[in-house]
Amino acid sequence: MLKIENLSYKVGNQEILKGIDFEFEKGKFYVVTGHNGAGKSTLAKCLMGLYKAGGKITLDGQDITGKSIDERAHMGMGFAFQQPVTFKGVRVIDILKISGKKLPDFESVLKKVGLEPSEYLYRELNTTLSGGELKRVELASVLLRDISVGIFDEPEAGIDIWSFNNLSKVFSEFRNSERTMIVISHQERVMKLADEIILMKDGKIEKFGVRDEMLGTLNAD
Amino acid sequence: MVEDIEKIKTEILQKIADIKEFPQGAHNLRLNGKGVERVNSENIEIVPKENGTGIDIYVKPNTKNESAYIPVILTEGGLNDEVYNDFHIGENADVVIVAGCGIHNHTQHDSSHNGIHTFYLEKGARVKYVEKHYGHGQSVGKKNLSPLTQVFLEEGATMIMDTLQLEGVDYAIRTTKGELKDKATFIINEKILTQKTQFASSVFDVKLIGAGASTKITSRAVAKDESNQEFHSNVTGTCECFGHVECDAILMNKAQIIAIPQISALSSDARLIHEATIGKIAGAQLEKLLTLGLNEKEAEDFIINGFLS
Repeated sequence: MLKIENLSYKVGNQEILKGIDFEFEKGKFYVVTGHNGAGKSTLAKCLMGLYKAGGKITLDGQDITGKSIDERAHMGMGFAFQQPVTFKGVRVIDILKISGKKLPDFESVLKKVGLEPSEYLYRELNTTLSGGELKRVELASVLLRDISVGIFDEPEAGIDIWSFNNLSKVFSEFRNSERTMIVISHQERVMKLADEIILMKDGKIEKFGVRDEMLGTLNAD
Repeated sequence: MVEDIEKIKTEILQKIADIKEFPQGAHNLRLNGKGVERVNSENIEIVPKENGTGIDIYVKPNTKNESAYIPVILTEGGLNDEVYNDFHIGENADVVIVAGCGIHNHTQHDSSHNGIHTFYLEKGARVKYVEKHYGHGQSVGKKNLSPLTQVFLEEGATMIMDTLQLEGVDYAIRTTKGELKDKATFIINEKILTQKTQFASSVFDVKLIGAGASTKITSRAVAKDESNQEFHSNVTGTCECFGHVECDAILMNKAQIIAIPQISALSSDARLIHEATIGKIAGAQLEKLLTLGLNEKEAEDFIINGFLS
């Protein structure tokens, strides 16, 4: 279980997150939604340690508030960025190798995200790849790892060509009873995958609940 | 301390030519200022200059799929070696030439090697030229390497030059000049890393004098610690031609890099481009790698190794 208590984050005098409390349960799929500027991506980055937040974060009972990004990664947390990063001279296979997995695993995960391994494994991870291709490699680099908490910041953004059904299938396969999924998204089609939906507004959790109940509320709003 | 010179030689050969021993074919090994091993092939002949200052390498026309290795190794401290090697590549030949120099210095005296290499490529000839420079050994004496490569390309000739200096060279002025006739192509890929208080200057001067001539110069540099680098390039086009110069550099610690680009279009048909980027490792790159479990040092090494690969 990933538990946050009084989580806050400030930029200058501006409070981006205003003392959030929540418990993400093991094996559940959460979608965090809300308008732009609600604090969704900031929350995701604070969970991964990319932003230093106030308050307390515990993972399976262990306080990880002071843990660095890589320490959290070693504890089983994974993070897929909304904007994939490019690297000069680094190939797709190089980034996948960091997982410690082997070639058949790389091929398998690339196929899952809709990239043909023979075509992409040795491509450089730079702007010769389209935004959609970079996004799929970004997802693959996280899906490949043995993680217990997967945080995905707008995974569907930029992959219009790739059918949403594939993303849905990948997430369905990836989730299991031991793995917590936290997905930041504006998209109703992504929310339909969730067990629970969290609505954020002005740096706080406005409301949360099971999917169908929340979808009804959101549509009514 | 008694040094195992044979072991050092093998290590240097591996670093500068990616070999433990010479493969079959033409090669010439210059050790501590003297030619010590020379082998010719049917199509590639290596001839020592009469005045002893270097060698001439003759590649017969239409020679295909052959290579020549001409490494230089210095293992004696305080040696200042200068060599003049001329390469005469016959029409339509297509060969690989691996040069490079490694200096081992364990003394208080500076060691240096200046390799002046001049390439003459006849019509339609093609050369892939690989040149690596490497310094070995802890010493007060510096390891200095200042190559001058001059390239003359006749009609339709192509030269691809991969030049690397990644370790242990204290001071280097690396000069490359080219003169290209009709439809000739000169592609240069430079990778360079300096650290501690090392200094390296890369100077490129390419003249596109024939219609349809083209050059692409790509330099990727990493400067660490308190090292200094300079990048000077001048591509001159006097006709319908194309030139592209790209200088990418990563700065770390207190290092400094100066890039001075010049493109000179002396004809309205010349199309010349220069791009230069100097900066720290991008924070977003580090963050991505940290989320995959690398620590900061591992992430930096990963980025630099990729950048210079």
